[in-house]
Amino acid sequence: MQSVALDGHQKEDIIVCEDVNKWYGEFHVLKDVSLKVKKGEVVVVCGPSGSGKSTFIRTLNRLEEHQEGRIVVDGIEMSNDIRNIDAIRREVGMVFQQFNLFPHLTVMDNITLAPLWVRKVSRKEADETALRLLEKVGISEQAKKFPGQLSGGQQQRVAIARALAMKPRIMLFDEPTSALDPEMIKEVLDVMKTLARDGMTMLCVTHEMGFAREVADRIVFFDQGKIVEEGPPAQIFANPRHERTRLFLSQIL
Amino acid sequence: MATQATENVVRPPRQSLGLVGWLRANLFNTWWNGLITLLMLWLVGQVLFNFVAWAITAPGWVAVITNMRLFFVGRYPAELVWRVELGVWLVALLLGLSAGIWRGLSLALAVAFGALFLVVAGFALFLPAGEQPKLIPTPLFLIGTTALIGVGYALGSRLGARLRWPVIIAWLLAYPLLVLLIRGFSAEGVLTLVDTNLWGGLMLTLLLAVTGIVCSFPLGVLLALGRRSSLPIIKWFCVCYIELIRGVPLVTVLFMAQIMLPLFLPQGVSVDNLVRAMVAITLFSAAYLAENVRGGLQAIPRGQEEAARALGLNPVQTTLFITLPQALRAVIPVLVGQFISLFKDTSLVTIVGLSDLVGMSQSIIAQPAWTQVSGGVWRETFLFVAVIFWIFCFTMSRASQQIERNLNVGKF
Ligand SMILES: Nc1ncnc2c1ncn2[C@@H]1O[C@H](COP(=O)(O)OP(=O)(O)O)[C@@H](O)[C@H]1O
Ligand SMILES: [Mg+2]
Repeated sequence: MQSVALDGHQKEDIIVCEDVNKWYGEFHVLKDVSLKVKKGEVVVVCGPSGSGKSTFIRTLNRLEEHQEGRIVVDGIEMSNDIRNIDAIRREVGMVFQQFNLFPHLTVMDNITLAPLWVRKVSRKEADETALRLLEKVGISEQAKKFPGQLSGGQQQRVAIARALAMKPRIMLFDEPTSALDPEMIKEVLDVMKTLARDGMTMLCVTHEMGFAREVADRIVFFDQGKIVEEGPPAQIFANPRHERTRLFLSQIL
Repeated sequence: MATQATENVVRPPRQSLGLVGWLRANLFNTWWNGLITLLMLWLVGQVLFNFVAWAITAPGWVAVITNMRLFFVGRYPAELVWRVELGVWLVALLLGLSAGIWRGLSLALAVAFGALFLVVAGFALFLPAGEQPKLIPTPLFLIGTTALIGVGYALGSRLGARLRWPVIIAWLLAYPLLVLLIRGFSAEGVLTLVDTNLWGGLMLTLLLAVTGIVCSFPLGVLLALGRRSSLPIIKWFCVCYIELIRGVPLVTVLFMAQIMLPLFLPQGVSVDNLVRAMVAITLFSAAYLAENVRGGLQAIPRGQEEAARALGLNPVQTTLFITLPQALRAVIPVLVGQFISLFKDTSLVTIVGLSDLVGMSQSIIAQPAWTQVSGGVWRETFLFVAVIFWIFCFTMSRASQQIERNLNVGKF
């Protein structure tokens, strides 16, 4: 159950989705979604609102359950087996649009909670990792504060540090800059760019096309629960093949 | 850097009016407003004057003073009251220690407690000597209580962190120890048994309230979590329990515990009258607490739980570290409100034959010595009881505000 047979070609694929289908009641949100992501690849997911982007990336760490198809993350098959789900969640970090920091804990406690209780590292090690990560995202002086005392951009950077503290192999971002004021978007994108250059496998739902152009290896375009187009940024921006993609790009660029 | 620009800052205009200005602006701004003000002043003056005139001449105060022991410990044997007083000293010491270690809330409580005792000590010095000799004279007891708070505070603030765990453990042990001390166990010897039907007055009220609060809290939280459980059996059990209890008055639950409980128990097993009342109050309060806590849980955004799960925390950890702490701090004012009403509701145990503060005052009023006094002594007695209730409820309500202030640091 633990690991699936991998042939030579698939060896590098850290995420494999095959014909994933999901319904909310009668509503068909994800229709035969297939996607493979290689280790170290940065994939940007875009598409109109309500097209199922969030739902899709949330199936990758089982915040949403899919009903048909196969999802394999880091060699672990997504099933109802709670051990597999826990194993996947340890390998996959997630950053949300609304930050979702824990408001009753300090920045430091937000970051060290999961390493202490899930990875079971020592307090000393957790603190060291947390401080190093806070430095990496550029807010080491805020460790003792509560999330409510930080700006939106700072909060989102703490959220990134919190996810990284679990030492994940994959990072999922669901519109990480959509809730931010314009002047704070850059500081978050800069952190994400550093992360991409360090070789993290990333799946980002975002409408920041500058970011996509600069760091994405591939752009995946969603419409009405389907992947209608995918390819390298240069190709998607220069000559999108699908009508919906063209329309969407013309609206946001 | 920040002070550079002070000269250019424009200050808001001063708006002080002075006393006369304030009076004119608020109380006498129109002729009919002035009239109403004068009328109200006259009314308040009348009420106050009559009240003070009555309070000074009222014959019932003697009844209150001579029965002080009944008010505080009921018919607990006078020669054994030192055991209760020892218990109070234990609590005073712990309160002082906590105040020294944690400051904030416990400091406020210790000061309130100490001040109360000092004031009472002042009065006690002028009281006539009690009818029976006591091991610890009242003034010594009251001053001792205050002193112990002070000693505890000094120790606590000096040793600080090192005493943290010992004090927490001591608090946990304090309750059983206190009950043991008050109740005793041996037929004769050091701690002779004092039957619970001799317990009464404020001591009983406090025991009922503290037991109710301490036991119903975890039970209520469990019921609230159970009601949100995904396991249908647990969920429906909790729903049925909560709705059943909330549908009946406390008096009914008290009667049920008194009369029905023995029917369910095997022959020969009897449960103490007081314990039955404690169980009834706990079960009753837990149902309401559960609904309040559930309200708090529902107010937590879904994203909190999702973030915790995405980090790999399991459901128990998510509840313990993320949702429950946030839910509880959101409902603190409601919970304290509920505890205050629980405290006052304990007076209903009079109906099932326990002599709490209210029950005790009823029997004092009925003493032959006072029934002859014209008009009886019930006004003074109940006024006294009301003041005691008010002091405790007011302290709880202030404590709640203090907790909120402490927890609000850096929130949202
Ligand atoms: N919990 C839910 N129940 C029912 N419908 C939902 C739920 N969550 C999302 N949807 C619907 O699924 C569709 C896709 O949602 P989402 O994945 O959030 O889109 P996107 O992130 O691309 O904007 C939307 O039409 C939305 O209304
Ligand atoms: Mg979305």
